[in-house]
Amino acid sequence: MAHKRRIGVYICHCGGNISDHVNVKEVAEALLDEPGVEISRTHMFNCSDASQQEMVDEIKEENLDGLVIASCSPKLHLFTFRAMAERAGLNPYQYVHVNLREQCSWAHTGDKVGATEKGINLTRAGVAKCALTHPLTAIRIETQPRVLVVGAGVAGMRAAISLAGMGLSVFIVERGNEPGGWASQAGRMGPDDRYGPEVVANLLAQIRNHENIILYTSAELTAKSGHIGDFTATVRLRGEEDVSLNVGAIVVTTGFTPYEPEDGEYGWGKPGVVTLKDFRQMLEAGDGPLTYNGIPVRDVGFIYCVGSRQTKGDTCPEPNTYCSRFCCMATAFSASLLHEFEKESGQTINQYHLYRDVRTYGHLEAVYTNARADGALFLRWDPKEPPRVEQSNGRLAIKVKDTLLGDEELELGVDLVVLATGMTARKNDTLNNVLKIPESKDGFYNEIHIKLRPVETAIDGVFIAGTAQGPKNLAESVASALAAVVKTGGLLKKGYVNLEPLIAEIDTDKCVWCNECLKACPYGAIERVLCGDKEVAMVIDSSCKGEGACVPVCPQDAIDIEGFRDNQIMAMIDASLKELVAA
Amino acid sequence: MSSPGSNGIPKILVFSTNAISDPGIDLAGSAHLHYSTAVQVIPLPCSSGVKPSWIVHALKRGFDGAFIAACGGDCAYLSDCTTRTGALVTRTQALMKEHGISPKRLKMSGLCSVCADNFVSHMNKFQQELKSLDS
Repeated sequence: MAHKRRIGVYICHCGGNISDHVNVKEVAEALLDEPGVEISRTHMFNCSDASQQEMVDEIKEENLDGLVIASCSPKLHLFTFRAMAERAGLNPYQYVHVNLREQCSWAHTGDKVGATEKGINLTRAGVAKCALTHPLTAIRIETQPRVLVVGAGVAGMRAAISLAGMGLSVFIVERGNEPGGWASQAGRMGPDDRYGPEVVANLLAQIRNHENIILYTSAELTAKSGHIGDFTATVRLRGEEDVSLNVGAIVVTTGFTPYEPEDGEYGWGKPGVVTLKDFRQMLEAGDGPLTYNGIPVRDVGFIYCVGSRQTKGDTCPEPNTYCSRFCCMATAFSASLLHEFEKESGQTINQYHLYRDVRTYGHLEAVYTNARADGALFLRWDPKEPPRVEQSNGRLAIKVKDTLLGDEELELGVDLVVLATGMTARKNDTLNNVLKIPESKDGFYNEIHIKLRPVETAIDGVFIAGTAQGPKNLAESVASALAAVVKTGGLLKKGYVNLEPLIAEIDTDKCVWCNECLKACPYGAIERVLCGDKEVAMVIDSSCKGEGACVPVCPQDAIDIEGFRDNQIMAMIDASLKELVAA
Repeated sequence: MSSPGSNGIPKILVFSTNAISDPGIDLAGSAHLHYSTAVQVIPLPCSSGVKPSWIVHALKRGFDGAFIAACGGDCAYLSDCTTRTGALVTRTQALMKEHGISPKRLKMSGLCSVCADNFVSHMNKFQQELKSLDS
C-alpha cells in the first residue's frame, strides 16, 4: 500500500439501542488495534449535531482519510454521514457504514457477549473495506419534471395540486370509479365543521381546471421500471388499455380500510349496533325524527377504540396495537351534531360515550369540551373489562364498569350502539408487488424514519403520504401530503440528481475483449475501445447501474464495482474472521 | 476471546443486496427476531455480482457456510436476476468441489425487503444443516 491510512472509527450507543446489547466501549477499544485506525471512540448519538461537529473537527485536526461509522442501518443515516464527511473535507466515498443496530444489537438482545464479538467483527470488516477506499465523484443525471400520484383521496389530490403549482406535470391514478376517497363519504367533519363532499368537490374543481394535472380513474399502476428521477410507469385503464408514463417521482396516497368488527365484538351483528359512519349517515339522512327500525331513538351509546389499541388474545390473534387518531375527535364531534339535531328536531336523545382515553389532542380538545357542554355523558372503561352489549326487552343494553365511579357496574338501555371503528392498512397486492415499499408490522407503508425522513421510503424516488402510511386525521394527512410535495419538488425542480459513482471499472491491463461483459450487461453500458494497440471493454458511466452482473462472468477477473471491489470484499471476509485466523 | 466458530455454532457469511434483501434482514432486527450472532452480512448492490472466489475464500478461511440472500423477482436491475444468481451458485459449487468443500455449504434464496421471518428461519435451518455436515 502506498501510505498508511488514517481512519477514524466512531461507535454509536444509539442512546442504548446499541449499547444495551453491545459493549460499545469494548468494540471501540478492539478497533484501535486495527491497521490504519487512528481514532476509535464512542458517542451517545453519532447523528447528533454535537457529535457530528466533534467528528468534523477531529477529521480536520487529525487529517483523517477514512471514516467508519458503526451505528444504525445505513438506510437511515448513510446520507447524514456522507454530508458530514463532505463538511469535514473528506471524500464521502471514503466513509464506510457498519450496521450495528438492525443487524447486531436488535437482532441479538440478551446475548451481550455474542453481540459484542459480532460487533467487533462487523466493524473490523468496515475498517478493512475503508482502508481500501479511494476518492470518488458522484454521477449527475437529469430528472423528469413529472410526478405520478397513486390514489385520489384528499391527500393525493392536495399533493397533485401543489405539485402542479410548482410547475411539475402530475398524473393521478385512482383505482376506484370516483376520486375523493373517504372524505367524500364523511359528511360534516370536525373539528371545523367542513362538509366532506364539498372539500372533495373543491379539490376536484382545481384538478380539472389545472392544465398540468391528468386524473385517471378506474386505473391501476401495474408496472414500474427505471430509477429515481426517471421512472416508466405502466397504468392499466379500465382493466384493458395500458398507458406508459415517464415520471421523475411517485407519491403513494392509497389511504386506509375502515376496521370491520368481528362478529359479536361489542354486539356487532345485533340489530341496532352500527358503525360511526352508519350513524352519521342516519343522522344526516334528513327529515323527521331519528329512528331505528321505525322506532324513535331515545338513547345512544358510543363505544370508542373499536379495532384500535388492541391487545393480543385468543379472540384477537393479530391485534391492531395502534391508536387510529381520528376516532375520538370524530365521535366527540358527532356528539355536538347529535345535540344540534335534538335542538332542531325537538327529539330528546340521551348520549353515552364509553371511552378508554379521550385523545382529542392539541386544538381538538375544544371538540371534547363542546361535546360535554352539549350534554354528552362520558364514561371511562378499563380495557381489561370492556363494555358488553346485550339484547334486552326489545332494546339494547350496554353493561359497563365506570372506572370513574369506583368501578360501579352500570346497565345502559339504548336504542343504538355506535362503534367508533378505527383504521386498518389497505390491502393492495398489485401495487405492493409493483412498488415494493416496505411495510410495518401493521401493514401500513413504512417511512425511512418517522422523524428524520417521514415521507421517504426505502425505494428512492417513491414517497408516501396520508393514511397509507398509518392512521391520521385529515389535517395530518394533508400535512404529510404537503411534506411529500416538498420532498418531490426538491428532487425534481433541481433538474438533476446525483447518482452513486459506485459503478463498474475495467482493468484494461487484464481485459482481452472477449465480449462476456457486454453479453451480461442489460443496460448497454459496455463498449469496445482501442487501448494502445489492443481492444478492450470500457464502461459507459451514465448507463452503468453498478449491479455487478458483469463482474463474476469476466474470465480475466478484470472487472470491479466501486465500493465493492474484489480486494475490499476479500479484506472484509478476512477481517471478519480475524479472531479465528489468529486463534 | 473465543471465536464464534469454536463453540460449535456454524458461522454463516451472508451476501445481501442493498435495496432488497438487506432491508429484509434489517427488519428482522427491528422486529427483534433473534438469530445467531455467528451470522454476518456483507451487503452488495445485487446478487448477480457475487464472485465464486469470494465464497470459496470465505469457506476456506473459516466460515462454515455461505448464504446468498438474492434479490429474487424483486431485483430492480435485472429481470432475470434469479436465473443469473442461480447460475453463479452452480458455478460456485463446482469450484467448491474442486477445493474439497461440500457444495451443501452454499445456499441461495430470494429474500424480499419485508422477508424478516424468512431470513431468520433460513439461518436457523442452514445452521442445523451445517451442524449435521460437521457431525
